[in-house]
Amino acid sequence: MLDKDINAFERVKLARHPDRPYTLDYIETIFEDFVELKGDRRFADDPAMVCGFARFHGLSVGVIGQQKGRDTKQRRHRNFGMPKPEGYRKAMRVMNLAEKFNRPIFSFIDTPGAYPGIDAEERGQAEAIANNLLEMAKLDVRVIVTIIGEGGSGGALGIGIGDRVLMLENAIYSVISPEGCAAILWKDASQSSLAAEALGLTANNLQRLGIVDEVVMEPGAGAHTSHLEAAKLLDQALWKNLESLKAVTPAELQARRYSKLRAIGQ
Amino acid sequence: MTWFRKKGQKIEVVPADERVVKTEGVFRKCPECDAALFKKDLEESLQVCPPCGHHFRIGARERLAILYDNADYEELDAEVISNDPLNFVDTKPYPQRLEQAKRSTGLPEAIINARGKINGHTVYAGAMDFSFLGGSMGSAVGEKVTRLVERAIKERAAVITITSSGGARMQEGTLSLLQMAKVSAALAQLDKSRLPFISILTDPTTGGVTASFAMLGDVIIAEPKALIGFAGPRVIEQTIRQKLPKDFQRSEFLLEHGMLDAVVDRREMRPLIVKLLEFMVNPEINAPLLDVDINFAGGQNGYNAKTAATLLKEQPSEATVPGSKSPADK
Ligand SMILES: [Zn+2]
Repeated sequence: MLDKDINAFERVKLARHPDRPYTLDYIETIFEDFVELKGDRRFADDPAMVCGFARFHGLSVGVIGQQKGRDTKQRRHRNFGMPKPEGYRKAMRVMNLAEKFNRPIFSFIDTPGAYPGIDAEERGQAEAIANNLLEMAKLDVRVIVTIIGEGGSGGALGIGIGDRVLMLENAIYSVISPEGCAAILWKDASQSSLAAEALGLTANNLQRLGIVDEVVMEPGAGAHTSHLEAAKLLDQALWKNLESLKAVTPAELQARRYSKLRAIGQ
Repeated sequence: MTWFRKKGQKIEVVPADERVVKTEGVFRKCPECDAALFKKDLEESLQVCPPCGHHFRIGARERLAILYDNADYEELDAEVISNDPLNFVDTKPYPQRLEQAKRSTGLPEAIINARGKINGHTVYAGAMDFSFLGGSMGSAVGEKVTRLVERAIKERAAVITITSSGGARMQEGTLSLLQMAKVSAALAQLDKSRLPFISILTDPTTGGVTASFAMLGDVIIAEPKALIGFAGPRVIEQTIRQKLPKDFQRSEFLLEHGMLDAVVDRREMRPLIVKLLEFMVNPEINAPLLDVDINFAGGQNGYNAKTAATLLKEQPSEATVPGSKSPADK
């Protein structure tokens, strides 16, 4: 656990630390029998989003999440964890399968944002994200969302609607990157540290605002210091939260999801 | 597992357009890497070339044997066979083509319906055979796929299809075309019943089969380098007057273009199916109300439902097939 006084921009750096565990690292350590499912059945498979079926404490579950690359080649392959519309559509397809077979869903958020590119716009990036917001609100299975690293704006929210929203201690979740915000509002990108503070993008802040339900502790100076320890802590939190929703009916899940979102910003 | 059946009858010389592969001798040459392969080794590797991974085409019954526990399954709906609703004649009358296909393949139709267990789960599987009139879908094939789905709904079981087809059967005209709609409507009921459908695509899967049930799987898997598409490559080349790239319409191309969940080596297929069924079979889900009554003994149009006994007489070779039991009348 870290000193509470660590400033917001330090958290930003930790959230983007190149050795931080990524979605597939957690899938490998926390889940068993992962079967990856690819493709949006429309245009492409998006390697920036990984989806599939797996086992969690013996239960069949659906897993989705953004995936960053570890080295240069992987980073390019994963498009730096920035999904295109096909990534969001694939994720929704797999979530709908999980719903069909009555399996809970785990979503892992780790993206600088949805990919800002010509092709992504042509294929309806905004529509893909919007549709997920609508469809995820209607899912009648339990959805546990965890922000494990970067929660970059709409690109993060596009897989971020759930019954429980967890956030790792050093993860960030924001409407815009601190750099982007500084460039626009301060007209000076070097003011990102100020912007990071102002945006209130840390886990503790967001829990206070009711956007995040639970902050998951990280080992030592951050999750990058021990992937295994980080996975253990996350595993416990995921299990506890999944269990806490065991007796909740689908109708009640949807109603609670709605009233929780309804209360945000009131 | 035995891959090559001893046939009780002699095989006639069949015209090249029927595309019946004859295998003779002890060796088989791999068309990809030119390796001379022992047929016995090929059997063990499920007809995948050990050096290069080339997947040889295999028959419907072999497909089912690979999938099911102990290669054991019960064959269903063998009595559903095409008749000749349009009295169709091209260079040969359609009934003659059907007879020839039956004799040369030892199959009653281009698809074999089966019921059996996969890792203990009841699965209704339909496997197509390209050597039967190019795996084409006429009224009988459409009816068989539909029955497969309806049986699964009744028993709350999973469905798997293994496709290998040139598309709709021309000799039955528009009746063939509408089979696409019929099987898709049945699959809509299966989906509504929240039951699993896994579609396995093998070389080649094109035309009306691709444009209906093959592309409607909850999960869609293909064997490596299988030709998969709507229009065949020759038709496309003739239309656009361009040569197509080598990997166009191959499994890997489709995977990249978002149409498939996975491309899987035949030898890895059953373990993957087992894992998928673990997720997809959920006995806690209750049967929802359907839009229709599931009643597969309905009317007939374009196919004959002969008795199993008559059929057995016509298909003496079936009794020698490993893993398959006599056609059952359920
Ligand atoms: Zn070879």
